[in-house]
Amino acid sequence: MIDSEAPLEFGFETRAVHAGAAPDPATGARTTPIYQSVGFVFDDVDHAQSLFNLQDFGFIYGRITNPTVSVLEERVANLEGGRGAVACASGHAAQQLALYPLMQSGDEFVASRYLYGGSITQFTHTFRRFGWQVAFADPGDEAAVRAAITERTKCLFVESLANPGGIIVDVERMAAIAHEHGIPLIVDNTMATPWLHRPFEYGADIVVHSLTKFMGGHGSSLGGVVVESGKFDWFASDRFPAMTEPTPSYHGLRFAETFGDFAYTMKVRADALRDLGPALAPQNAFHILTGIETLPLRMERHVANAQAVAEYLEQHPAVAWVSYAGLPSSPYADLAEKYFSKGPGAVFTFGVRGGYEAGVRLVEHVQIFSHLANIGDTRSLIIHPASTTHNQLTDDQKIAAGAGPDVVRLSVGLETVDDLLRDLDQALGGV
Amino acid sequence: MEPIPYSDSYLRGILERTRVIAMVGASTNVRRPSYFAYKYLRERGFRVIPVNPPAAGTDLLGETVVADLESIDVPVDMVDIFRRSEEAGVITDSAIRIGAKTVWMQLGIRNDEAAARAEAAGLNVIMNRCPKIECGRLYGELGWGGINSGLFSNRRRPLRTRTKLT
Ligand SMILES: Cc1ncc(COP(=O)(O)O)c(C=O)c1O
Repeated sequence: MIDSEAPLEFGFETRAVHAGAAPDPATGARTTPIYQSVGFVFDDVDHAQSLFNLQDFGFIYGRITNPTVSVLEERVANLEGGRGAVACASGHAAQQLALYPLMQSGDEFVASRYLYGGSITQFTHTFRRFGWQVAFADPGDEAAVRAAITERTKCLFVESLANPGGIIVDVERMAAIAHEHGIPLIVDNTMATPWLHRPFEYGADIVVHSLTKFMGGHGSSLGGVVVESGKFDWFASDRFPAMTEPTPSYHGLRFAETFGDFAYTMKVRADALRDLGPALAPQNAFHILTGIETLPLRMERHVANAQAVAEYLEQHPAVAWVSYAGLPSSPYADLAEKYFSKGPGAVFTFGVRGGYEAGVRLVEHVQIFSHLANIGDTRSLIIHPASTTHNQLTDDQKIAAGAGPDVVRLSVGLETVDDLLRDLDQALGGV
Repeated sequence: MEPIPYSDSYLRGILERTRVIAMVGASTNVRRPSYFAYKYLRERGFRVIPVNPPAAGTDLLGETVVADLESIDVPVDMVDIFRRSEEAGVITDSAIRIGAKTVWMQLGIRNDEAAARAEAAGLNVIMNRCPKIECGRLYGELGWGGINSGLFSNRRRPLRTRTKLT
C-alpha cells in the first residue's frame, strides 16, 4: 500500500545548511568533520572485493570517495534538485569529468559561444587533443545550434548565466533542442548558483559548477562538481556505449543497467575521477560546505549590491554602457524575468569612456575593489580583460571575445554598497 | 518509469520487519545487478533465498538455489522480484499463497493488477525500487557515493552494520 504520508519537503535555506550532513555516527560531532585520511580499512577480503566491484557502499581510497567530500556532493545534488553528484578539484576538472562518460575519441560536442574564456580555451585546445571536437554556436540562434549538431555530437554545453556577465541562455529551449537530438544538455551553473537558478527545473540533464566561486563564496578554496538529474534515458539510443555497454575495467558491468537513475554519477566517479584523478581535498570540501550554509544570505546581498552598482554606473558620465541583465535596458531583461526572479547574479561588464587607458587607470585607482582574476568572493573584484586575461589577443579578437579595450568586469561583493559606489566614483573620476 | 512515492517510514518499517527474503531471479552471474543486490542484502543481515529455476540445486554463497517459492521450507517475509513486469503477476500470486508479508518489485518493474491483488490479501507492495538502494539510502550509506538521499537528521543515524558471512 502506498503510504499517504508525503515525503518531507524542506525549504532551500534549510537544505543549504543540512542536506547531506548529519551528526557524526561515531562521535556525534555536529559540524561535518574533516576526514583527513587517504585510506579506509576493509573488514576482510570479501568486504574489499565487494567495494572494488561496486557491489557495496563504502570508502576505499581518497581519490574516489571521502566522507567530508561526500557530504558536499550530496548537499549540492540536493540543492540542484538532482539525483547525485561527484565533487572534484576545480570547475575545469568538473567539465572534463562531465564529458568523459559521453565522449569517445572522434566525437563532437556543441558549446555556447558565451562561456568563461578559460572554458573556451579548454574546449578548443586541450579537449581537441583528446579527439573531442567542439563546435561553438550562439545559443540565441536556435537554427545555428541545430545546424551544429551532427551524428557524432554527444552533448550540448551552455552557461546559464554567462561569464563575463550580462548574457542569459534560454535553458528550456536548449534542453528541447538537445532532446530532439537524443543528447543531454550540460549547464555550467557557476555564475547563477542553485539559489538563483536551477537548470534541472527547465530540462537540463547535467549541471557542473566551479565551486570556487559563489558556492564556496570566500575566495579560499578551489573546487568543482558534476551533478546528474537522473532523468536522461541512456538506453534510448546507442550513442553512449560507455553508459550502456559492458565496462572492461569493472568485469563487464553495465552502468546504466546496474545503477539506474544514478548510473552517470557512478560512471563519473568510478571511471573518470578514479582514472583521471582530480580529487577534491577534504579540507577544501569543508570550506566549501561552510560557505554553502550561507549561500542564500550571501546571494541575496550579492545581487542587491550588483543591481545598485549597475544602476549607479549606468548613469555615471564616465561610463559608456553597462551589460547587466537586471537593468531594463538589457536585451536579456525578459529572460532575466523568466529565469532569474531573484536577480541575475553579481558579475557583469561595463565600458569606460576613454578606452584602454581609461580601463587601466580605473583598475589601478580603486581602493576597495581588488584587481585580480576571480569571481564570486565576499570581496568585490575588478579586472580589465584587455590588459590581463585577453592581453595576447589582437584588437579584433578582443572585441569578439567581449574583452574590447574599454571593457571592465566586476564581481560585486558583500561590502557596504555606498562604499562600493564611492570607490568606483573616485576611481572613475581619476579617469 | 516515473518513481512511485513511498514514505521513508513505510520503507524503513518493511526493512526492519523483514528477516527472510526470497529473491526471484537472483542470478549466479556475478556481473548481474541481482547478484549485487543478493550479496549486499545478505551482508546487511537478511537471509536471502535465491529462486531461479534453471539454477535450482546450485550453491550461491552458501544458499541453495530453489526452483520456486513453493519449494522454500521456512516462512518468507518478503518476495523480491527481479523478473519482467509481465511475469510479476504469477510470482505475486505465489507470494500471496506462501504467506509472504511484502512483495517488492525491482527498479523498472511495475504491475498494478498484481499489486492490487497483493494489497487485497493484506500484503505490503513496493514497485520500481531496489531494496539494496533503499536500505543503503535509509541507513545513510547511499550518500557516501554522492547520491541525494533526501535524509535529514539531527541525531546520530544508526548504521546497519555489515555482518561477516562465513
Ligand atoms: C563560469 C565558470 N566556469 C568554470 C570556471 C572554472 O573554474 P575553476 O577555476 O574552479 O577551474 C570558471 C572560473 O572562472 C567560471 O567562471
